[in-house]
Amino acid sequence: MDILANLATGLATAFSPENLLYCFLGVLLGTLVGVLPGLGPVATIAMLLPATFALPAESALIMLAGIYYGAQYGGSTTAVLINLPGESSSIVTALDGYRMAQQGRAGAALAIAAIASFVAGTAATFVVAFLAPPLAGIALEFQAAEYFSLMVLGLVASIVLAQGSLLKALGMVVLGLLLGLVGTDVTSGTARFAFDIRELNDGINFVVVAMGVFGVAEIVRNLESERARELVATRISRLMPTREDMRRSVAPILRGTGLGSLLGILPGGGALLASFAAYALEKKVSPRAAEFGRGAIEGVAAPEAANNAGAQTSFIPMLTLGIPSNPVMALMIGALILQGIRPGPNVMVEQPRLFWGVIVSMWIGNLFLLVMNLPLIGLWVRVLAVPYHLLYPAILVFASVGVLSLSNATLDVHLMALFGVFGYVLVKLDCEPAPLLLGYILGPLMEEYLRRAMTLSRGDPTIFLQRPISAAMLAVALLAVVAAVLPAVSRTRAKAFAE
Amino acid sequence: MRVRNAKDLLAGCLFLAFGAAFLVLAQDYELGSARRMGPGYFPVVLSIVLMGIGLATVVRSFVVPGLPVRDIAGRALVLVTAGILLFGLLIERAGLGIAVAALVLAAAPASRKARPLSALLLAAGLGGFCVLVFVKGLGLPFPVLGSWLGG
Repeated sequence: MDILANLATGLATAFSPENLLYCFLGVLLGTLVGVLPGLGPVATIAMLLPATFALPAESALIMLAGIYYGAQYGGSTTAVLINLPGESSSIVTALDGYRMAQQGRAGAALAIAAIASFVAGTAATFVVAFLAPPLAGIALEFQAAEYFSLMVLGLVASIVLAQGSLLKALGMVVLGLLLGLVGTDVTSGTARFAFDIRELNDGINFVVVAMGVFGVAEIVRNLESERARELVATRISRLMPTREDMRRSVAPILRGTGLGSLLGILPGGGALLASFAAYALEKKVSPRAAEFGRGAIEGVAAPEAANNAGAQTSFIPMLTLGIPSNPVMALMIGALILQGIRPGPNVMVEQPRLFWGVIVSMWIGNLFLLVMNLPLIGLWVRVLAVPYHLLYPAILVFASVGVLSLSNATLDVHLMALFGVFGYVLVKLDCEPAPLLLGYILGPLMEEYLRRAMTLSRGDPTIFLQRPISAAMLAVALLAVVAAVLPAVSRTRAKAFAE
Repeated sequence: MRVRNAKDLLAGCLFLAFGAAFLVLAQDYELGSARRMGPGYFPVVLSIVLMGIGLATVVRSFVVPGLPVRDIAGRALVLVTAGILLFGLLIERAGLGIAVAALVLAAAPASRKARPLSALLLAAGLGGFCVLVFVKGLGLPFPVLGSWLGG
C-alpha cells in the first residue's frame, strides 16, 4: 500500500538521530513556553525561526511543529495547577482540571490530559496521513482561479471563527493583505510602499511582524495587571488515574479526538476552537453533565484530546494547499518560504521526506510528551515560580537578538518595536491580530493568483464563477459570512465564545 | 448622535487612515487594467475596501454600544518600546553586551515588582549570556564591542 510506503519514508526521516533530537527539543521548548504564561507559541516560533535557517527544511519544521503541540500540553499543565491557562486552547481545561486539583486530584487530571493528548495525537497522525494525499491530488489540478478562491475562503473562515466583531476582523485581514504588499512587486519589479529605504525593498520579514504584534504587545498587555501567581495544588500525591477515571474518560477522549480532527482541518480552525467545541459537546452528551465545572474528569479528557487532534490536523491545509488556518501555520508557511520551498500540493511530491517526516514526527513528539511530562511535572511547577518581572526582559532580549539575526539589519529591530506599539493599540481596540498575520502572509500570493487568473480570462472576472471548484469555494465563503451575520447564529457564536 | 463604542470609532478611524495612506501612496504605481494588472491595481482596490470597512465601523460605533478603552499601560508601553529601540541604536555602536544590558535596564521598570538590584543583575547576566552564547558559541556576526569602544 502506498500509505505504508509513505509512512516508511516518514519513519526513516523522523527516526534519524538529529531529527529525533530536534523533535525532542521542540516539544521540550513547547511545553516550557506553554507552562510560562504570557509567552505563546506564535511568539516562540517566531523567535526561534532564525535559529532554524541553518537546519534542513524537515528538521526545522519538525522542531517548530513540536513547539506547537508541546505548547498545547504545557498550557494545560498550568491550567490544572494554578487555574491559569498557559495557552488559550487550555482555557476550558482549567474549568474542571483546576477543580480536580483543588480536590487533591491534580495528578489524575494531568495524567488523563497526557493520555488523552497521546491518543488524539496518534489518531490525528493517521488522519493526516490518509487525508493529505487525496487532498493534495485535488489541489494539483488547481489553477490560479482556484487558488485565489481558496485563499478567499481561508481568510473568510478565519474571520468567521475569530473572536469578536466580524467587521473589524475583516478590516484586519485587508490591512494585513496591504501590509504584505510592502516591498518589490515580483511581476513589475516596482518597489512599493518602501519609502526609498533599501531594506524595505524585500518587504518586512513576517517574523518581525509576528514578534511585534504577538510577542511585544503581549508583554505590555501582561504588564497591565501583574497578578501574583499562586500554586494552590502543590501536593501531587497520586499521579495515576484510577480505573474508574480511565473508564469514564474513554468515550470523551474518542469523541474529542473525532471532533478535534474535524475542526482542525477547517480553515480558521485549530486547537482553540476544537477544545471549546469538545467541552460543549461533552456537556451535552455526558450522563454526568451536572458534575461539569466541579471537577469532572470528562471535562479534562475531551478538550485535551480535541486540542491536540486539532493542532495536528490543522497541518493538513498548510501542507497540502499552502493555506494557513491559524497564525502558527502562517509562520510555518513563512518558514517553508524562507527555506526556498513553495508551500502547496507539490510539497508532497517534491519533498516526500519533509512531508512524511513531519507527519511521523508528530506521533513521536506525542510519545515524548507522554513519557516525558509526567516525570517532569515537578520541574514545570518550579518553572512556574519564575516571577514575570524577571522573565519578560529576557523574552525581549531574545526577541531582539532573534530579529536582528534575520538579516543583521537594525531596521528590523526598530520595526519590531513599531509593530509592538501597533499590536498593543489593536489589542486595546479589540481588533484580533490573527487575521492580520494571515492576510500578511497571503497578500503577495493572492495578488499573484488574481493577476494570473485575470490574464488567463482576458480580464473577465466571471472566471472565478465559471470554474466549478472555484465557484463552490466562493459559495461556501459567502455562506459562511451570511450564516455568521444572521442574528440567530451570531448569538450562539457570542455565547460559544463567552463560555 | 452620540458615540456608543469608542473602540469601534477608533478602530474605524485606524482603518480609514491606513486605507487613505495606502491609496495616496499607490497613486505612484501604474494601475494597469483588469487584464494586465499593474503594481497599483491590487493595492488601490484593497485600500478602497479598507476605507469602506473603516467607514462602516465608524458608523456602527454610533449605533451599537460597547465598552470604553480602559487600563492602558502607557508606562509599560513606553519603557518596553524604548528598550527595544535603545537595543537597535546601541548594537552597532556599543556592542551586543551593552545593548542587551541597556534593553533590560530600560524595560525592567515597566514592572512594578522590579527592584534596581535584580534588574542590574539580570542586565549583567543576560548581557554576558548573549555574548557567550550568540557570538562565541553560535558565531553570529554581532559586534561584541561597538564602534564607540573601538571594536
